[in-house]
Amino acid sequence: MSELIAGWPLLSVITFMPAAGALLILLSRASQRGDNPGYDNGVKLLTLLITVGTFIVSLVAFGGFDQNAEGFQLQESIPWAFGMSYAMGVDQLAMSLVMLTTFLMPICILASWHIEKQVASYMVLFLVLETLMIGVFCAQDIVLFYFFFEGGLIPMFILIGVWGGERRVYAAFKFFLYTLLGSLLMLVAIVAMIVMARNAGIENPSNIPALTEFAASGGFSPGIQIWLWLAFFASFAVKMPMWPVHTWLPDAHVEAPTAASVVLAAILLKMGGYGFLRFSLPMFPDASHFFTPMVFALSVIAIVYASLVAFRQLDMKKLIAYSSVAHMGFVTMGIFAGNEQGIQGAIFQMLSHGIISGALFLCVGVVYDRMHTREIAFYGGLVHRMPVYAAIFLLFTMGNVGLPGTSGFPGEILTMVGAFQINAWVAAGAALGVIFSAAYALTLYRKVAFGVIENPKLDGILDLDAREWVTFVPLVIATLVMGLAPSYVLDFTSVSAQAIASAFAGAAP
Amino acid sequence: MNAPLVDLTNSLPLARPELLLAGFALIAVVIGAWFKDRAFGALSFLAVLALIGAGGLAIMFQPGAPVEILQGAMVVDGVGVFAKVLIAFSAAATLLLGADHFKHTKETRFEYPIVVTLAVLGMFVMVSAQDLISLYVGVELQSLSAYVLAAWRRDDARSSEAGLKYFVLSAISSGLLLFGSSFVYGFTGSVRFDAIAAAISEGAGGVGLIFGIVMMLCALGFKMSAAPFHMWTPDVYEGAPTPVTAFFAAAPKVAAVALMARVLYEPFAGLEDQWRQVVAALAAISMIWGSIGALLQTNLKRLMAYSSIANMGFVLMGLASGVENGPTASLLYLSFYLPANIGVFALILAMRRDGQSVETVADLAGLAQKRPWMAAMFTMLLFSIAGIPPFAGFIGKLLVFTAAVDAGLVWLAIVGAIGATIAAAYYLRILASVWFAPPAAPLQTASGMVAVTATAMAVLTFPVLVIVLGMLQDWAEAAVRMSF
Repeated sequence: MSELIAGWPLLSVITFMPAAGALLILLSRASQRGDNPGYDNGVKLLTLLITVGTFIVSLVAFGGFDQNAEGFQLQESIPWAFGMSYAMGVDQLAMSLVMLTTFLMPICILASWHIEKQVASYMVLFLVLETLMIGVFCAQDIVLFYFFFEGGLIPMFILIGVWGGERRVYAAFKFFLYTLLGSLLMLVAIVAMIVMARNAGIENPSNIPALTEFAASGGFSPGIQIWLWLAFFASFAVKMPMWPVHTWLPDAHVEAPTAASVVLAAILLKMGGYGFLRFSLPMFPDASHFFTPMVFALSVIAIVYASLVAFRQLDMKKLIAYSSVAHMGFVTMGIFAGNEQGIQGAIFQMLSHGIISGALFLCVGVVYDRMHTREIAFYGGLVHRMPVYAAIFLLFTMGNVGLPGTSGFPGEILTMVGAFQINAWVAAGAALGVIFSAAYALTLYRKVAFGVIENPKLDGILDLDAREWVTFVPLVIATLVMGLAPSYVLDFTSVSAQAIASAFAGAAP
Repeated sequence: MNAPLVDLTNSLPLARPELLLAGFALIAVVIGAWFKDRAFGALSFLAVLALIGAGGLAIMFQPGAPVEILQGAMVVDGVGVFAKVLIAFSAAATLLLGADHFKHTKETRFEYPIVVTLAVLGMFVMVSAQDLISLYVGVELQSLSAYVLAAWRRDDARSSEAGLKYFVLSAISSGLLLFGSSFVYGFTGSVRFDAIAAAISEGAGGVGLIFGIVMMLCALGFKMSAAPFHMWTPDVYEGAPTPVTAFFAAAPKVAAVALMARVLYEPFAGLEDQWRQVVAALAAISMIWGSIGALLQTNLKRLMAYSSIANMGFVLMGLASGVENGPTASLLYLSFYLPANIGVFALILAMRRDGQSVETVADLAGLAQKRPWMAAMFTMLLFSIAGIPPFAGFIGKLLVFTAAVDAGLVWLAIVGAIGATIAAAYYLRILASVWFAPPAAPLQTASGMVAVTATAMAVLTFPVLVIVLGMLQDWAEAAVRMSF
């Protein structure tokens, strides 16, 4: 396998295949005048094919990937202007997130099948978004990373604003401006790092491995690290999102179309965690040690507070959005525990949350498509009319709670084990959040699925159709496989996790 | 120094671009006087050719080292050539837009291409000025042409007001420039840049010289519309006919920036510690005020005026950062910013509602549903101006940030980051109207030159034109190294 693909720029193909598809659609759209349902269906089908094709190519790349090798693989590098280079490469951490992205995109497209407004633009934006998201994880040059990282805001802004709910414009602005301020501060820090590395005589000052090495050799003094860390934190904390800068997330989620919610929760939020693991911990280990208590405190607050807030929500999507904030609290806690269990748990939790929260948003989307409301009180007794849906919803609710056997469990337990070794109280606080999460998730499920049907509008509601079956089956399988055999994932990511943990431990005060 | 006649014969070949423009303007006046407004189309076309020709001649005969011409009043060097090419390019593009637009509105007065050409001639003199006299002559030739252009729609109250306001305020700034120049002359004993630099390195100066420099910087800040000398910009941009606004927003900026760079890094290079604070302060105020001021604007042209103020702040950030990376970053910033800016104006010109040009942000409502391609171009161009990757404007921001951080001006870079975030809010407001709002009154879109220009500029926002970028970088670096 690996001989067959040697020399192919696989990562570039994975990254830019969706963008090429988007260009194709744009060009074909230019020949269309007015609405044409047949054309719209063709666009949907083409988009689906492109995303599936991207997934297949990423599987090929996965086949050529050596899970035991340290450092970046499948590397490509072309020098570029301004001291930057177009450098791509993935390690186990990045590869797993790329796989998550390419796996979820066809599902998102399937979930968008009922879109009727400006179909071509919608699909183009989704494909561009996929390119940018994959690029974030594949970029091996810090400026290139920033290109993709911030570029993702543009399609997301338009997706929320055009296809979203009632307060979509407000949500789109809030999403964009919140994340932009954080990102621009990070840009200043990135520039400062490049300047320092260049002045120290590093050859490719914007290359991520070179910068990591430079940092490991003490390139950034602890005093400077504090500022750089804070600038990066400003960006990643908003992306994560961490309490108290999480307030854009519920708004953006509630107003976004279903598939955009899935992408937001499943992939965009992971960029924050990825950033912490790729930059903050290995490049600023001293500052990371210094700020660990703060991050722990924010994580525990996020877990407990967001869980309590979730409990009081009347809107299904908002509830799941707050539960995302709580689950991301586990991720930050695990990352800054800084030991192998913590980091492994954080990566696992990111992947699992990507699948489960994505699936939960799809579950909301299913009933929203039929009834056009997300109000919890509207529903009740769905199990009588939609038994299959109820079963699937139950599985993902359990995953959200972290029931052993679903993919939600290993991540939570590992992050808590990791944190426990550093600070038992933090782990205890997080454990409290697990109980709360059971409370809100099960309450949601009880109100929506159980009981008798009181709302006459629900009498005629139909169970899943074939398209929705196809959407959910891969997610169900992934949840169960990751829950029952977590070692597949954990073995895969262990090399990366060890590398990050040892870089962090090396700077222990 | 050579004898006058020898000097003249040596100089003329190197002044080809200027001679071409001056010659064209003179001949065109005669043609226009004969054929009257029937000549508008042909003269516009010829003027575009003359501008492109002037830019081409500038590149073709670029010397390997700075050459002084006309008794040392002007110089032909890297930065001058770079600026001339940018000026010629943007003037040609905006003249094309203007020719198209005025034909449509039946305001085909043959003087238009001639005045634009004369303004460009003034800018060429500005960017190659080598003493205080030619500096002033260039600035005045450019400004006088600009007043006329601003008041082009002479029966329109807003246009006349724009012209008059521009004239009065600009005259004050020209006065400041002369006042400052006289101080500089008085305390250094020369009007020539090299002699001033030599006098400063020998310790001439003191408070009087600093006073003169600050006065000159204020005047130049006015010409490039840097805050707090920006008050005229929104009014003039709003009142002038749109193609004229497009012209104002592009070519004169390059000239002012190149002139500012020359003044800072040639005669006053020895006083860098003194002027750096001034320039940095201008940059910071422009970036913040240009962003905040635009937030409440509803008129597209006023909005673009504030946007240009903020963007001049970023250019000044580069200029404040010292000779190593600063001027290069500023020049490159301009070469990414200008095409996007021209593209936005082309799009504004390409749209009409009920026969009227679009004026306000709300006029753009529903564009995405009617013309997805135009909406896509609008998006690319505005995000490029806002400096959001993956568009070229981001590279400009990255370069000025790098230059500033390298020079130890980290605070300025942080101010820039905050300003850029605020600025993003109003670019987003335009895009919200384009994408999110339901279509209002029917929207007609023009095709032809306007659409072609817009598309070309939108394509230029893509930095994936890797090879071009690399060449541009090498060129700008070489130009700055040669000049300063």
